[in-house]
Parts: sequence; C-alpha cells; structure tokens
Amino acid sequence: MKVELREQGFEPWAEVKRHQQLTPELTNKFGATAVFVGTMRDFNEGDAVQSMSLEHYPKMTAKHLEKISEQALERWDILDTVIIHRVGTITPNDPIVLVAVWSAHRAAAFDACRFLMEELKSTAPFWKKESLEGGQRWVQSNTPG
Amino acid sequence: MTVTVRFFASLREQTGIKDKTIELPKPATVGEVWRCVTSGSDIPDNLLMTVNMEYEKADTVVHDGDEVAFFPPVTGGGR
Repeated sequence: MKVELREQGFEPWAEVKRHQQLTPELTNKFGATAVFVGTMRDFNEGDAVQSMSLEHYPKMTAKHLEKISEQALERWDILDTVIIHRVGTITPNDPIVLVAVWSAHRAAAFDACRFLMEELKSTAPFWKKESLEGGQRWVQSNTPG
Repeated sequence: MTVTVRFFASLREQTGIKDKTIELPKPATVGEVWRCVTSGSDIPDNLLMTVNMEYEKADTVVHDGDEVAFFPPVTGGGR
C-alpha cells in the first residue's frame, strides 16, 4: 500500500509502471489493474478556470487515505493499492489524483478502485479553490460520479 | 483544560483563525468548542469536525490536549 501527497506534478502512468516494477509481491501475481486518474479541467460551473489551489489537513489527509486503503485491502481480495494526490497550485491538464488497485481478477480491482475514489472524494480532507478571471472561489461540493 | 482548534479552507478565511489554543472547563463537547471559538455561533448544517484527526460529531466529548478541527465539505479528487 502506498499513499503520497505531492507538491509537484506527477505522471500517473509512469507511477503505475514504477510501482509494479518496485513491488516484488506483485510480480506474476496480478491479472488485473484498475486505475483512476483525475485531471484538472479548464471549466467548472460554466466558468473558465485558470488554476486551482488544493489545501489539505497535514497529517490527517495522509492518515485518512491510509485508513481507506486498509479498508479496501480488508474488504476485497486485492493485492496492493496506490493513491497519489496533488496539493498546492495546479493548472488545467495536470493530474490531480491517481488511484490504482492490483488484484488477481478484475471485479475486485474495479470495485476497490471505485470505493477508494468515492471515499476519497467524500471524506479525505482536501479543499479546492479555483482562480477565475474575476477572482477566486472555493469549490462548494464535489460533482456526483 | 487546553484544546487546540484548527480551521481549514473557507472556514479559516471566514473566522480569520488558522489555529488557536483555548482554555475551557471540563467536561466539554466538540459543539461547545465550536461555540467557544465562534462567540456562540450556531453549528452550520454541513460542518465537518474532527478530534485528533478522526471524524466526530458535535456531542463528542473532548479531552485535555485534544486537537479539534472544523472544516467545510471536502472537495478533493478528480471529477
């Protein structure tokens, strides 16, 4: 299980590949990898968004992401999980979040990946503040899946 | 007893408080901590609250040395 908060941009697909290569427990054991990548758009609620600032609750955020990863590992027959989430200033087209799950078969990987993403969005302490042409605003709530 | 209170995101901006140490008499709940730092304001419907980084409710009892945090609904992740 890996959880990381990144101040700098990251390349999610390279992270998936690297984690597989650096985790001997996965070698020859997984038949399915479910990956979700969330990327910043340049629009929200009909407005052009120039950049976004992602605030978090230091220590609690990583701890909470570890907790939901442990829940997924207990609930489904999966081999490993990775969550990487950006904090700080991001711009359109930047990856915001990577959730990856490895398992022997696809159902557990799909289900656990969806669970992690929905839990993250509804309970992990992150807050987005958008910069628009006319100023800044806090994102009030997440869009439904 | 002493409790550390933290606010995040829009609540931090509204209250002008990032973190603050307060003294209050025992026993006290999370709701009483909120009223203590906001001069008696009602608790907003969508307020999230944690004690020592675990989600709790307004009637949870706090203890000396606890860290209590208040924040609006979370908005992480992609879309």
